[in-house]
Amino acid sequence: MSTQLLAAGPGFEAPGPADFEFPPLFTVAGFEFTKPMLIIVLGTIAVAAFFYIAARNPKLVPGRLQFAGEQAYGAIRNSVVLDSIGTKHGKKFVPYIVTLFFFILVLNISGIIPVLQFPASSKIAIPAFLAVISWIIYNAVGIRRQGLGGYFKNMMFPPGVPWPIYFLLAPLEFFSTFIIRPFTLALRLSMNMFAGHLVLLLCILGGEYMLTEGTGALPFLSPVGFLGGIVLTFFEGFIQILQAYVFALLSALYIAGALEAEH
Amino acid sequence: MEGNLNMVGYGLAAIGPGVGIGLIFAAYIAGVARQPEARGTLQGIAILGFALAEALAIIGIGLAFAL
Repeated sequence: MSTQLLAAGPGFEAPGPADFEFPPLFTVAGFEFTKPMLIIVLGTIAVAAFFYIAARNPKLVPGRLQFAGEQAYGAIRNSVVLDSIGTKHGKKFVPYIVTLFFFILVLNISGIIPVLQFPASSKIAIPAFLAVISWIIYNAVGIRRQGLGGYFKNMMFPPGVPWPIYFLLAPLEFFSTFIIRPFTLALRLSMNMFAGHLVLLLCILGGEYMLTEGTGALPFLSPVGFLGGIVLTFFEGFIQILQAYVFALLSALYIAGALEAEH
Repeated sequence: MEGNLNMVGYGLAAIGPGVGIGLIFAAYIAGVARQPEARGTLQGIAILGFALAEALAIIGIGLAFAL
């Protein structure tokens, strides 16, 4: 990729959105199979295999793998789902939120795994689809629990507010719940991964460019670029875990908000 | 030197969320320092506030590339 960029013209070509378009690996009946899709398939297999193997032969005194699986599952279950939704209603949503977290986690982490090195969740389609699922779930849960009228009434006209405020509050709450929430849910994840990948590309390609094409003192400055790339890779790993956590936490909080009859 | 004015605009736009996120974590640290046992409760709220404030910066970078 970098050689293509350098061959494009004289001077440094900064990485941009074009670096997120991949040529198809192979085509099946007009359906182009690209690298992000490969990452999704590999990530799904990795998560499924990890939890299958960890839970295949459970023992009273867990082995290393079983312990790791239980810890990972338990951390999300307790700190995200049960803390925000509550033990009584939360149990139903544990499978969805935990799956969501680990699916997003592998798609994010693929951005710093050598060879793959592309966060598949930076493609807007994947977070958008997951946000739509969360959107359907929290609205369906709210309507089922409070009834269609009750859900809209509790959402748009929360009690305990002086009535003139409702002219402002009702459209805002409606707009926020139905449009802003899914949009920000999808955009936050996608753009975080996009920006993070772009910064990594910039550091590494800039370092490489200064080393190979730079004149004067530039080649001596290229370690700065590479060092920045290494440091930012670790930072990016932290951001990727955090963003998976935030997506799962916000989904859980939206479900919890829909479950509460009274604000 | 070539570039896009969108990126300058995004840089300016990111000041707001940057200040906001700083304030959120300042309040979180102050809260934990005063009442260390409230850490678990405050952490969720702080992360939620951080995510909401950050959404503005994220919408900004999305629009900077899209427009």
